[in-house]
Amino acid sequence: EALDFVPMPGFSTDEEKTPFEDVTRYNNFYEFGTGKGDPAKYADEMTVDPWSVVVEGECDRPGAYALEDLLKPHEYQERVYRLRCVEAWSMVIPWIGIPLVDILKRLEPTSRAKYVYFETLYDPDQMRGQRSLFSTIDWPYQEGLRMDEAMNELSFLAVGLYGKTMPNQNGAPIRLVVPWKYGFKSIKSIVKIRFQEERPKTTWEMLAPQEYGFYANVNPEVDHPRWSQKRERRLPSGLLSPNYMETVKFNGYGEQVADLYKGMDLSKFY
Amino acid sequence: MNEKRVLNQPGFVLAFRLLVALLASVPLLVLIASIASQSLGPDPGQEVTESLGIAAFQLLIATLCMTPLKRWTGWGAWIRVRRMLGLFAFFYAVLHVLAFLQFILGWSDLWATFTKRPYILAGAVSFLMLVPLALTSTKGMMRRMGRQWKGLHKLVYPIAIAAWVHFIWQSRSDVGEMVVYGLIIAVLLALRWKWSGSRALIPFVRG
Repeated sequence: EALDFVPMPGFSTDEEKTPFEDVTRYNNFYEFGTGKGDPAKYADEMTVDPWSVVVEGECDRPGAYALEDLLKPHEYQERVYRLRCVEAWSMVIPWIGIPLVDILKRLEPTSRAKYVYFETLYDPDQMRGQRSLFSTIDWPYQEGLRMDEAMNELSFLAVGLYGKTMPNQNGAPIRLVVPWKYGFKSIKSIVKIRFQEERPKTTWEMLAPQEYGFYANVNPEVDHPRWSQKRERRLPSGLLSPNYMETVKFNGYGEQVADLYKGMDLSKFY
Repeated sequence: MNEKRVLNQPGFVLAFRLLVALLASVPLLVLIASIASQSLGPDPGQEVTESLGIAAFQLLIATLCMTPLKRWTGWGAWIRVRRMLGLFAFFYAVLHVLAFLQFILGWSDLWATFTKRPYILAGAVSFLMLVPLALTSTKGMMRRMGRQWKGLHKLVYPIAIAAWVHFIWQSRSDVGEMVVYGLIIAVLLALRWKWSGSRALIPFVRG
């Protein structure tokens, strides 16, 4: 379904976009399997309409919101962001959505809200990856941001891409996009938003804390323990001419976000 | 003509060997077809490297299955395809290593890769142990080395374990597939353990 939106050139890269086919057929969405093609194959088993999002914790407007009510007052924007996966590949994707800050402000977080926690749908009937006996993930998928990160102008709640409603495999009906962090921070198919005082534990951090930190900022200077983060393969990448490029700190968004981490040792807070 | 005599006819054994060679070529043929039809998705280098690695691993396990199959069925042809399967495993492993260097690493960062990435070290160790086995796989070498040949080729067990470690170390969350492979390897090793001291492997050593 086509969406109405305002293009935001100031928030968009003019790098070549990853084609729609690749963006929608090459996904990490372990709820539907660990293969890159699994989400495209099986995400149709998830029902995304109706959808509601529970808001709770340190805010003045908690409650269960029908997705439409959460989105209604806002105008959609298009932002072309780089997406850098922790696995060392990257894409350029035109997202349609709403700045996260606009929605969070409406929910009126209290002064005690230091972090925002997000949760993906948990429904093994619809998500075959959650039925896997061998998965070491403790579902549901959980993520979080520090309040100032969430309020940063780049943080985005996407409801579509390439001008159309979000395909299920990309995290329909609503997902987070945090372009200066590794892709796993950009949680998909959100059903819960909670404001809280303590830092939330995140799924990958719980699974392998020495490999995946809470911050997960894109950073070529801090390698993943099992592979280098210095370079990335920008997709699509060819066999004869692999599309390698140097990875840039904060995925190239340092100007907007470097201040958030002033004085922090990013090799310790990875 | 009874069943056994048919099975052991040279023509039948030859046909069996051709069939095994064809089956062992399937991963390569599929890969070539996928490259030609550009159906490997947006990250073909990763796909190619992974599928070559898996093919090498599967053929290594197939190689390890031949002795038990011979023992259970009494059919000698299983042993006649064992070397071929092992060499196919080596062939895929060579392609896998080349694909990794070309498509994933781009021939950069070599030293850091092998010293800092334990899963790559496990793969490298597995591969390097495979090299002497491939080099000494000829009948002539088998004769010349005698008992030593058998000792050397027992390396195939640590090779399989190192390859398994190489895979399971890379998994990000779903270890199901590798648990299954691990069980298969464990059973194959347990059988050897049980048979050690018996004459299980001796017909092959006579070469």
